[in-house]
Amino acid sequence: MKENIVSIISNNKSKSAVEKSAAIIFRCCAVISIIAVLSIMVYMLIFGTPAIFEEGLVEILFSSVWAPTAKTPSYGILMIILTSIVGVFLAILIGVPIGLFTAINLAELANKRVRKVVKAAIELLAGIPSVIYGMLGVLIINPVMYKVELWIFRDSTTHQYTGGANLIAAVIVLAIMILPTLINISETALNSVPDEYRKSSMALGASKMQTIFKVVLPCAKSGIMSAVVLGVGRAIGEAMAIVLVAGNAVNLPLPFNSVRFLTTAIVSEMGYAQGTHREVLFTIGLVLFVFIIAINLVLTRILKNGEKNGK
Amino acid sequence: MKKLYICSLLLFLFVGITGCSTSNNQIESENGSNKIRINGSTSMEKLVNGLAEVMRDKSSNIIVEPQFTGSSAGIEALLSGTADIASSSRTLKDTEIQKGLVENIVALDGIVVITNPSNSVVTLSKEQLIAIYTGKINNWQEVGGSDQKIVLMGREAGSGSRSSFEEILGVEDNCKYAQELNETGAVVGKVASIEGAIGYVSLDVINDTVKPLRFMGVKATKESIRDGSYVLQRPFVMATKGDISKQSTATQSLFAFIYSDEGQEFITSIGLVSTK
Repeated sequence: MKENIVSIISNNKSKSAVEKSAAIIFRCCAVISIIAVLSIMVYMLIFGTPAIFEEGLVEILFSSVWAPTAKTPSYGILMIILTSIVGVFLAILIGVPIGLFTAINLAELANKRVRKVVKAAIELLAGIPSVIYGMLGVLIINPVMYKVELWIFRDSTTHQYTGGANLIAAVIVLAIMILPTLINISETALNSVPDEYRKSSMALGASKMQTIFKVVLPCAKSGIMSAVVLGVGRAIGEAMAIVLVAGNAVNLPLPFNSVRFLTTAIVSEMGYAQGTHREVLFTIGLVLFVFIIAINLVLTRILKNGEKNGK
Repeated sequence: MKKLYICSLLLFLFVGITGCSTSNNQIESENGSNKIRINGSTSMEKLVNGLAEVMRDKSSNIIVEPQFTGSSAGIEALLSGTADIASSSRTLKDTEIQKGLVENIVALDGIVVITNPSNSVVTLSKEQLIAIYTGKINNWQEVGGSDQKIVLMGREAGSGSRSSFEEILGVEDNCKYAQELNETGAVVGKVASIEGAIGYVSLDVINDTVKPLRFMGVKATKESIRDGSYVLQRPFVMATKGDISKQSTATQSLFAFIYSDEGQEFITSIGLVSTK
């Protein structure tokens, strides 16, 4: 009876065919991501470079006047680049201590129950769409910032009032948004430190805190560094949340100035931009792309060093 | 189970491949005279797209092909013959009229300056508005309001509302915006929530969360815009090369619809001010 059953899998001939074709299909799927990255790279170069040739790289990167629709247009994105760098740096400055200490609490100190609750909260935080962070920023942070602004600059005659949409608001939103990335990766790094190290440290008479700061943290250093770098990547690429809270006027990135980031520059003007203006927006995308590539290179470098140290 | 998995995978891929090959065949009209190519202002997107839809419903053989590249680019296209109608949200320049273009004003749009409802200022003169938007005045006290700092809301570069607002006031590229928002609705929302805020929007999006200001003492209404006493307004022009009577029958029927009662009603329904 058995010989009568026709199966595409158990039949020897068709079996090898299926094996081969399945392997081909899977290989094709793997290639798709490579094709995607390559085509994005090629397209960014094709669309991003014409403006550089038209206006000059120095004129675009190092001029501080952004007036794309003026009679004599100027396409300087220096302030926008500076804002992205300063904003992300400040967000990391706020986010890293909070994220790292949360990770230490989760990995080393918390009991099962606390860990469960905190873990659930972080997972939820990671899943919330970024535009919701922006909406909360508009509802909560901006009005508070407006009050602070009115109080701080009550005697100033030169300050331009922004209604609470400023760099600080954007930094706070970014700092909260990168927390899940920071916490999850740091925690994994801390957990991967062998338990023997902790036990030996305790056996030598070190306290719990001494163990954490002198033994566990140095061991998990490369993992924590990669958490920070990924956090930077997440922060620099974020657009939807900060377009709502940052004010979007091109200014020097001072705490109470309305500012525009690289991402929000593209988002807010893409709709109506034409000609060179549109091309420059693609150039901004190219600049952003270069930033992300640089961050990834740094990350691979860190991970490689970590592997070396680990061995 | 495994069999099922592989089969479904193959089926999925097959569907994917065939799905790609059936591209949407656009029906290209062989007869060019039934096509109306409209090119121009992004501010008129709602009007032109609406007209395209109406014309499609009214007669199946007229195809309106809208493009939105900006008023000046649209006029260029009309002059070079790649468009039949240029939609422009500004009046035509003398040089453009000398080249034989005819300015057919189809509708009017009012730009209204709005403030937070708590603001006590009722009217602003042109000079006051210019001083506010160029940053020379930064407290409502200086224009007769309470001691409240002014927060300047504007639109992003490239927006039609922004360019016509700045053009009417003559403050092109001099505005010191505190916030640049990329939507009309966002301007209304921000002005509604920030006490010292001022912004500008089209007449049709005004609601009771914000307070419309009078400009030079004139309130923005459909009537005051139509009779020209409210000057913060812009015409929506559909320019043609030569008079309407010299256009193709398709283009003529489009204008016939616009100037009919039904067309005027349609223009009012999308929030614009009809010229009649």
